[in-house]
Amino acid sequence: MREKIPPLETLHQMYYYMALSRAIDTRLWQLGRQGKAHFVITPAGHEAAQVGAAMALRQGYDYFVPYYRDMTMCLAAGMTARDMLLHVRGAPEDPSSGGRQMFGHFSRRDLNIVSGSSSVGSQMLHAVGLALAFRNRGEDRVTLTGFGEGATSEGDWHEAMNFAAIHQLRVIFFCENNGYAISVPAHLEIGRVGVADKAAAYGMPGIRVDGNDILAVYETVSAAHAQTRAGGGPILIEAMTYRLLPHSNADDDSKYRASEEVQAARARDPITQFSTWLKDQQLMSDAEQQTMDARITQEVDAATEYAYSRPEPTEELLYQHVYAPGRTA
Amino acid sequence: MSEPREITYAQAVREALRQAMQRDPQVFLLGEDIGVYGGAFGVTDGLLDEFGSERVRDTPLSEAVIAGTAIGAAVTGMRPVAEIQFMDFITLAMEQLVLQAAKMRYMFGGKARVPMVLRTPAGSGTGAAAQHSESLEAWFVHVPGLKVVMPSTPYDAKGLLLAAIADDNPVIFIEHKLLYKTKGFVPEEYYTLPLATSEIKRKGKDLTLIATSVLVARALEAATQLAQEGIEIEIIDPRTLKPLDTAAMIQSVCKTGKALVVHEAPMTGGFGGEIVAQLCASEAFDFLDAPIRRLAGLDVPIPYNRELEKRAVPQVADIVREARALVRGEY
Ligand SMILES: Cc1ncc(C[n+]2csc(CCOP(=O)(O)OP(=O)(O)O)c2C)c(N)n1
Ligand SMILES: [Mg+2]
Repeated sequence: MREKIPPLETLHQMYYYMALSRAIDTRLWQLGRQGKAHFVITPAGHEAAQVGAAMALRQGYDYFVPYYRDMTMCLAAGMTARDMLLHVRGAPEDPSSGGRQMFGHFSRRDLNIVSGSSSVGSQMLHAVGLALAFRNRGEDRVTLTGFGEGATSEGDWHEAMNFAAIHQLRVIFFCENNGYAISVPAHLEIGRVGVADKAAAYGMPGIRVDGNDILAVYETVSAAHAQTRAGGGPILIEAMTYRLLPHSNADDDSKYRASEEVQAARARDPITQFSTWLKDQQLMSDAEQQTMDARITQEVDAATEYAYSRPEPTEELLYQHVYAPGRTA
Repeated sequence: MSEPREITYAQAVREALRQAMQRDPQVFLLGEDIGVYGGAFGVTDGLLDEFGSERVRDTPLSEAVIAGTAIGAAVTGMRPVAEIQFMDFITLAMEQLVLQAAKMRYMFGGKARVPMVLRTPAGSGTGAAAQHSESLEAWFVHVPGLKVVMPSTPYDAKGLLLAAIADDNPVIFIEHKLLYKTKGFVPEEYYTLPLATSEIKRKGKDLTLIATSVLVARALEAATQLAQEGIEIEIIDPRTLKPLDTAAMIQSVCKTGKALVVHEAPMTGGFGGEIVAQLCASEAFDFLDAPIRRLAGLDVPIPYNRELEKRAVPQVADIVREARALVRGEY
């Protein structure tokens, strides 16, 4: 398949994060159906793209500014099943928002994961601001921001791209193009050229990659990381992917896409594709896979049990953190 | 006139859109997911099939495109009805609405008209947290050149939307997510309601309660409870916030001597302050025998938790408590 193959440990980690994400994903939809999770939005289908991207960064040093579909990216950046279940449960212990935000707004300060906004596109400007601050402070941190192709229709995206390019900031713009913005198909939202092609207008490299191929994404983002870190300026990567499930648990995707299309994409499920390849190449045994899968099941069960045994937030949450209490200077 | 049928608020809005489009080829719709999807709340369901994609246009994800191109089309004489999927995201269209739509006619010396409507669902109650639950009506009321409508019933929604579409000015038409499934009697034929008349929803002698949008129904429920204690509340729904019809509320306060203003948006800087100021500056001032009170959303972002979300905005029990206290002089 390719010449440079990452070490075995990395390959297994990749599988683990993808499978963990899918298992959490499945649990979240279950909880949604049971009325225990009010809002569910998940990355099923995007796992290869997100793990490939996250693992190319230096954990705990580089920064992630994800969007609501980036759960897998956040897991690969160090968040846990417990973090996700606490988040969907809206428990005060939820590390992302302390139980204040809908699911899909991931953050953990210690992992350099910055929460995105519900308004599509606004986080990309924050990512550029982070990169600006790092540059001002003489740090070579790289900031990766995730977003859907739909978000590139917002002015915020163009403005973020322009500013990052002018100042040659260390930003990786990571687009996950799944062909739809909820119901609106790509030809009505991003026009006649692909997202990657638009990078040229800002004088930055734009690279399209098969988002179903985790190793291709990993290689592409690793190279982009090295280049931008060395001062080569921002880079746009467009990972071609597909959302296997409805937009959220409030969506009925049969209104706007044919089930044949979805079935065809399921047949190319990035996780099965990767595990099959690993086994064909004798890089993962059935036993190894089973061990990881069993560990994942255990983690997701334990996380669910923990999150759902936590108390609900109390009234004081309402008033807390509207303003910061004091001055630091 | 045919017999009114009972339909939902969402159906009433859709019927208004359909009738406006049937009557006037200049009317067209634009917004995110309004086509095959029928809108995030199903309001435009079926309209793409009926009118085609030239008149029911799915836009890219850009609120500036939605508001800005509506303005451009409107100055040519078309009558766009734009949808912003959640009122929260109207923040991304503020420049177009506040500096352009509102001021174009004035700044062009009267040569232009901007006959556009921008519809958007506001409010909390769906468990969607702080960036999907805003009630931002006060911002728009503050801008000369814009009209602001906030219907509380299916009947009002249809008649006011048809009036808004027929109006030659930009109108911000604020729907409420929790109202979409509520039902009411609505005539089948085309009708308009004037964009500057409030409605007395209930007669009463003890207190004048002025409420907007989803709070009108909650106020009516509170009034039914209070009636059992012998407290009779008069309820007034302004329906249009700008222009504001103050006549009925002033008259009412002259009669009751007490006023309570109720809305969902946070208290500080909310539209209730304007109503209080109007009452204080009117002949009703001489008749007041208690301070005018406001009951509004807490000055906090809307939280995710369903119970706390309810706590953040006035509920029926809160209205009962406040109204009772005011009538009894226990404030
Ligand atoms: C500013 C703004 N407008 C509209 C919405 C409603 N909305 C949420 S997600 C979405 C589609 C986003 O599509 P895309 O960026 O392609 O990401 P995907 O969900 O496909 O991963 C829309 C229209 C929003 N959240 N924010
Ligand atoms: Mg998309």
